Amino acid sequence: MNAPSLETPNPWLLAPYSVQERKAETADTATIVLAPPTGHPPLRFEPGQFNMLYLFGVGEIPVSICGDPTDPEHVVHTIRSAGRISAALGGVTTGATVGVRGPYGTGWPIEEATGKDVVIVAGGLGLPPLRPVLLEMLRRRDRYGRIEIIYGAKSPRDLVYYDQIQAWRARSDLRFQTTVDTAGPDWYGDVGVVTTRLPDSRFEPKNTIALICGPEIMMKLAAQALVQRGVDRNAIWVSLERNMKCAIGLCGHCQFGSDFVCRDGPVVRYGTVERAFAFREL
Amino acid sequence: MTRRGVTRNLDIVIAGASLERVPEFLTDERKSGRTPGMTEPAVGEKRILARADFPIFLGALRDLGYRVVGPTVRDGAIVYGPITRVEDLPIGWTERQDAGAYRLDRRSDGALFGYVVGPHSWKKYLFPAHERLWTASREGSRFAMAPEPVDGPSFAFLGVRACELASIAIQDRVFARAGDPGYAARRTRTLRIAVQCGQAGGTCFCASMGTGPAVGPSHDLALTEILTPQRHSFLVEVGSVAGARVLATVPLWPATAEDERAVERIVARTAASMGRRMDVSGIRDLLVNNPGHPRWELVGQRCLACTNCTMVCPTCFCQTTEEVPNLSGEKVERWRRWDSCFNSAFSELHGSPIRKSTSSRYRQWMTHKLATWHDQFDSSGCVGCGRCITWCPVGIDITEEVAAIRVAPATPRAAGDRT
Repeated sequence: MNAPSLETPNPWLLAPYSVQERKAETADTATIVLAPPTGHPPLRFEPGQFNMLYLFGVGEIPVSICGDPTDPEHVVHTIRSAGRISAALGGVTTGATVGVRGPYGTGWPIEEATGKDVVIVAGGLGLPPLRPVLLEMLRRRDRYGRIEIIYGAKSPRDLVYYDQIQAWRARSDLRFQTTVDTAGPDWYGDVGVVTTRLPDSRFEPKNTIALICGPEIMMKLAAQALVQRGVDRNAIWVSLERNMKCAIGLCGHCQFGSDFVCRDGPVVRYGTVERAFAFREL
Repeated sequence: MTRRGVTRNLDIVIAGASLERVPEFLTDERKSGRTPGMTEPAVGEKRILARADFPIFLGALRDLGYRVVGPTVRDGAIVYGPITRVEDLPIGWTERQDAGAYRLDRRSDGALFGYVVGPHSWKKYLFPAHERLWTASREGSRFAMAPEPVDGPSFAFLGVRACELASIAIQDRVFARAGDPGYAARRTRTLRIAVQCGQAGGTCFCASMGTGPAVGPSHDLALTEILTPQRHSFLVEVGSVAGARVLATVPLWPATAEDERAVERIVARTAASMGRRMDVSGIRDLLVNNPGHPRWELVGQRCLACTNCTMVCPTCFCQTTEEVPNLSGEKVERWRRWDSCFNSAFSELHGSPIRKSTSSRYRQWMTHKLATWHDQFDSSGCVGCGRCITWCPVGIDITEEVAAIRVAPATPRAAGDRT
């Protein structure tokens, strides 16, 4: 009899983390910093992974981890108010309790990127899940070639991490391009979708790793543009997003082809999902 | 309407004969004058249990603390429920099944297991449709969380068919990989008493899926009902130590070579009477490479997205969670319940479903069941039980859908609705 084991810890339980800090990023987006309960082991994670976040009496949702991977005592999440639960989570105040379980899923290919040029393309709230990998790469900057970042948002008001972006833009060992879909006369930056910034980006296509996170259509177009430039499909990585209830490969909601996005993703090689991206409603 | 593979039965009621009382002349074990053995058999051994001793067998299960559940007639169908006496079983009943059709029918004999599978499956015990996962209570600005206790009754599943043993094994893999504690606890306590099917149902295709009709090696006990005008008894095969323990106090006769041949004949007869078949050769690639096949549109026009197929499927495991606070808001319970990929909220992302059309939901269900399941769990997700065919209100037949896609598979590159 191959009955399942009783020895595994209960995967449904959440640990009560406390909110140390909350910062409004935009009108509908906030960053919260969570500290583990006393005696709880720090939450070590790989850039690209996510946690399940829970508010008592409200519910539970998956949210990417956006903090510094070398600082597991501070669990950072940037949350956009997209529904009832995310609105409540983004609105928490200092001292509140947020349930946390995780981390879950796959991370960005930090090892595979060693010795290569890195192109990071973020759309909208796709930047927060890429922040840990960028911090990690800048921490060991000498391991990588050129680092090109293109960040697109709907409008200047929708840009998150504004101060951090200014600091990144001031650096000479990376290039951080920002573009918006629409802007008023007070915007001196670029206007247009992220792919319009690619021709200006300098990288050696055959020796490049690309990391893309954002709306599916944006990831698809960015990946296609990179393939056109000569980047290998399997050197392009995307972060998928699907409905999730469990994060342990059981609720079935996040299935995308053969993948459970919570377990086999969210970060996957573009080459493995390129065909699926071509079909609506898959 | 053709009723493929269904035994045609007339409504014969044996006048004056109580079906639950087995006439002495029917049990040649008893009239042989020999005394039955009362020693615990070893795993792998076979014995004969007389129909007349079936109540003793049920008593032995109860004495060991098992809560016996099995097939019983309720609301015009054979469903799974408590079995406290042999009369709770659908004695002398059978059923007719076809796409979108299920009718109970009388048999001309007093068979205990003379039918196949109904709308229930054992997953309702191992993976209850509604289950609490934890409770939490507010403590100041914090909360305290307590997992749901995993203790509970030890079930003896009486009458697990070959396809159902396969479906339990499939769900074992799904839940074990996730480390679900409730399922593991219930499954570990469960005794599986298999029954060989003496006939196939009109929507059965276990032979195509390689899950039956012969009961596989993974069971605790396996019964084959041997029923002739002269005899009513069961060949019992011991599959585990737990199964052997049950038999220690049950009168059993030695099984003869002729008994084993009778079992082989029964299984062969069942295999020859399958109501449906499915060609599964290369099915993983067939479906994965055909998301743009026009058949999905056609089946989407018939499908009501009612979720029946996923509710009756013994392997469908999709679920959702619910936050249930009490009125004061001081206590909260986390429940899970069965969910279905046919529900629009199932794929909802940022307020709208990814799978808007019914055809995309049917495609997801069938492609997952028959194709991507192989990638995920190293087996098909279909055991060929036929429930999804029988209980579909519009009679959509998964075997027919596979055949339609097989007839004219589109080439992967040319397929469909590229955006």
